[in-house]
Amino acid sequence: MIAFVIRRLCQSVVVLLTVALIAFALFNYVGDPINNMVGQDTTPAERVALRHELGLDQSFLVQFARFVGHAAEGNFGLSYQEARPVGQIILERMPATLELSFVAALLALILGVPMGIYTGLHRRSLLSQAMLTTSLVGISLPTFLIGILLILVFAVMLGWLPSYGRGTVVHIGWWTTGLLTISGWKAIILPAITLALFQMTLIMRLVRSEMIEVLRTDYIKFARARGLSNRAVNFGHALKNTLVPVITITGLQLGAIIAFAVITETVFQWPGMGLMFIQAVTFADIPVMAAYLVLVGFFFVVINLVVDLLYYVVDPRLRIEHEHAAGG
Amino acid sequence: MAELARAPIAAPRRLPRLRRFLDGDLLWSFRRSPVTVGAAVVAFVIIGSAIAAPWVAPHNPYDLASVNLMDATDPPVWLHGGSWAYVLGTDNQGRDVLSTIIYGTRLSLLVGVLAVVAALILGVALGLVAGWSGGIVETMIMRVADVQLSFPAILIALLIDGVARTMLPHNVQAEIAIYVLIVSVALSNWVHFARTVRGSTLVERNKEYIQAARVIGVRPWRIVTGHLLPNVLGPVLVIATINLATAILTEATLSFLGVGLPPTQPSLGTLIRVGNDYLMSGDWWIALFPGIWLALLILSVNLLGDWLRDALNPKLR
Amino acid sequence: MTPAQEPLLQVEHLRVELPTRRRTLVAIDDVSFSIMPGEVLGIVGESGAGKSVTGAAIIGLLEPPLRIAGGRVVLGGRRIDDLPYEQMRHIRGREIGAIFQDPLTSLNPLYTVGRQLVETIRTHLDLGPEAARERAIALLGEVGIAAAAQRIDHYPHQFSGGMRQRVVIALALAGNPRLIIADEPTTALDVSIQAQIIALLKRLGRDHGTAIMLVTHDMGVIAETAHRVAVMYAGRIVEIGPVRAIVDAPRHPYTVGLMDSIPRIGGVRGRLKQIDGAMPRLGEIPPGCAFNPRCPLVFERCRRERPELLPSASGAAACWRFAEEGARAADG
Repeated sequence: MIAFVIRRLCQSVVVLLTVALIAFALFNYVGDPINNMVGQDTTPAERVALRHELGLDQSFLVQFARFVGHAAEGNFGLSYQEARPVGQIILERMPATLELSFVAALLALILGVPMGIYTGLHRRSLLSQAMLTTSLVGISLPTFLIGILLILVFAVMLGWLPSYGRGTVVHIGWWTTGLLTISGWKAIILPAITLALFQMTLIMRLVRSEMIEVLRTDYIKFARARGLSNRAVNFGHALKNTLVPVITITGLQLGAIIAFAVITETVFQWPGMGLMFIQAVTFADIPVMAAYLVLVGFFFVVINLVVDLLYYVVDPRLRIEHEHAAGG
Repeated sequence: MAELARAPIAAPRRLPRLRRFLDGDLLWSFRRSPVTVGAAVVAFVIIGSAIAAPWVAPHNPYDLASVNLMDATDPPVWLHGGSWAYVLGTDNQGRDVLSTIIYGTRLSLLVGVLAVVAALILGVALGLVAGWSGGIVETMIMRVADVQLSFPAILIALLIDGVARTMLPHNVQAEIAIYVLIVSVALSNWVHFARTVRGSTLVERNKEYIQAARVIGVRPWRIVTGHLLPNVLGPVLVIATINLATAILTEATLSFLGVGLPPTQPSLGTLIRVGNDYLMSGDWWIALFPGIWLALLILSVNLLGDWLRDALNPKLR
Repeated sequence: MTPAQEPLLQVEHLRVELPTRRRTLVAIDDVSFSIMPGEVLGIVGESGAGKSVTGAAIIGLLEPPLRIAGGRVVLGGRRIDDLPYEQMRHIRGREIGAIFQDPLTSLNPLYTVGRQLVETIRTHLDLGPEAARERAIALLGEVGIAAAAQRIDHYPHQFSGGMRQRVVIALALAGNPRLIIADEPTTALDVSIQAQIIALLKRLGRDHGTAIMLVTHDMGVIAETAHRVAVMYAGRIVEIGPVRAIVDAPRHPYTVGLMDSIPRIGGVRGRLKQIDGAMPRLGEIPPGCAFNPRCPLVFERCRRERPELLPSASGAAACWRFAEEGARAADG
């Protein structure tokens, strides 16, 4: 078990380094950030001085080594756009994105899993057909369009909920939260639904198809032949067997939520990392883009790790094989 | 898949093949599903009108002479102040919304189709190379594919697009935006093709007919193009159909985020972005109608793709 | 078995249909038989003959779109084919136990065998967790699993195929049923294990007084185990009767063919005979006797009319040759 965790951690570090390398290599040869920072009347000497100050005149390897070293400390240099530490900017933006992603993920799971179970069990019922058709629409509607429609209905026409921003936030140390104020809750509803809808339909369809697959297996037929109640068969036996694939995909989808937050944050002007990233892309703010990429990579790696550990909890076959391997 | 593989040999029997198609399960399952037929009709109307835009659209939104700023932000015909001249209203510059939608769809489709074709060529090529050559080449290609696959396509496209636009001088950006867009959407989508093709290639490579071809000294290039390629085309075509919807969606999202096509050359996504600015002032039709149009297009292509996948291979589900 | 006893299970004119998109196929056609308490009835035939479907129909677990289209299933005087799901499930496991073909896939991989046993026991018997666990251990011991008290907390993948089939048998016995339907219980096992499992089934049936409906394609297993045998072909019973009588003097040419295909130790050496051709698929059953294209003794009537089961001294067979012999005998 411990050996397994260490091996997975090593793999994670390699993946992270790869992402960092891509991020860095890409941005190191892209554009001329100096042009974005200074006016037309800056002298070449001043430009050289600025380049030197930002460390842009050093060799690739030196820059990359420094980049990784600093990244590990959360130091991504100065933002070209705001001329202050990227780490600081990200720290300010992160709570908004994480809070939004967390609420959206929760929403997607709480609604998606039961809907998937229901539609898997009652394949021909009218409600299932309705849910499936709606889910197809949900998958086909672009995220930004869902946001626009929600704004149109609930902010413009009905005037119930705000169309942008986080509402009033409360500071807890460096963390800011909108979940402690009414206006904060009101502000998060529309963006969270927008972000959750696509993931919810995906989770629902996944749980459904896994459920149908498992219900066809021999051990489910045998469980029925033993006279177990529907409840025991469906929830005790079938559901647990759908968990392994569902955990995998759901884990990856939760990672995708953080990425899709870019779109949602743009629609709702949500002051998170996604909005920051889009602004960085339009401004060619390379340190911010690099930091965002590495951070998202980090989230993905952590989620993958958690998913792998969950396998162990769910599936005894893995657990015992590894115990044996460790013992022998 | 097997059908496709034998296609070149069976070419002289094309007529019976058509007959079989008309009698066969594909058409039968098509006619059986009213949803699929509906999707086909919707897709036909949207795509057809886009292709025939100059003849179908009531106005030419690019013709500045026909645009009158006095008509800006007119509502649709059924609302007070609307007129039959602009059935779905006008945008902030006085352009007819219906016409901009039809012309915008043209661009959305163009980007989508070209991006899928580019992704297909790239993905199939890399997949064949990886599956055929093995070794370090395979490891490198598939490792890149794995890393890319663990990130959402939209993020990859956003990144490539962002990189490209910072590398290029400002004055040419608007002109070549469409090519940048095609490349970034294509690069975010090639992985599925590559993985599928590599998988099929690995299977085919060890079959006896390939071994035999190698033994008698057929050149690798001939084996790959003549024997392997036809065998992997079936699944590739299914992926392409399903990816078309994704590509259109990615394009629209990028344009909506302001890193796609510029307002002077608006695709559906750009139209929605522009209209979004007027949402709060109550001019909802500028954003809503292109949005509905886009949703219908993606939905119908998705439905057709699903049907095709199920009809060609019931096991894939 | 005294003749006066009531049959435990009666299947009467059972008909199972398979609606497809073009037409409705008949999977089981007019099948009737009965099983006495404690009796072992063998159902034999090639794959696709409808043996397994018959078993599934009896326990009410036909897979849609298969459905019972006619006939009755009566268990202990009570009709059970039309019971709602919730009532039927109290019969499954409690009155009728089931054993499936593949022990590797019959057990839920995520739960210990003990959990699965206790769950089944407590579904059917009014026992507390402790008592149920004790019964589970006792059952595992009874089916021949050594160190049952330790093995009970193991997961299915920690057992070999033969051991898993023993666990499956313990599960089938958990509710103390009066009938066990064993669907090809040895097919997926090693030949060396098969005999053990059959012997175990036989012994358990005798000890508990449980009747067994043994579905198999192996005439040899039937000959050793069953009291009576029903031979199925293309969804119908073509011959039924006491196992000794049928083994010694099979009436139906198909049964004759099946008997000839059993290898015999110490028998006349020579090539094993086989039945030419293959059983027709569901949609392609020929008119007249379904066996006529493969029958070595076919004559004109077989291709025109379908023979019904006609009783004889040793049971019943559905064959025109046999019927005409019988008629001649009656005339003479």
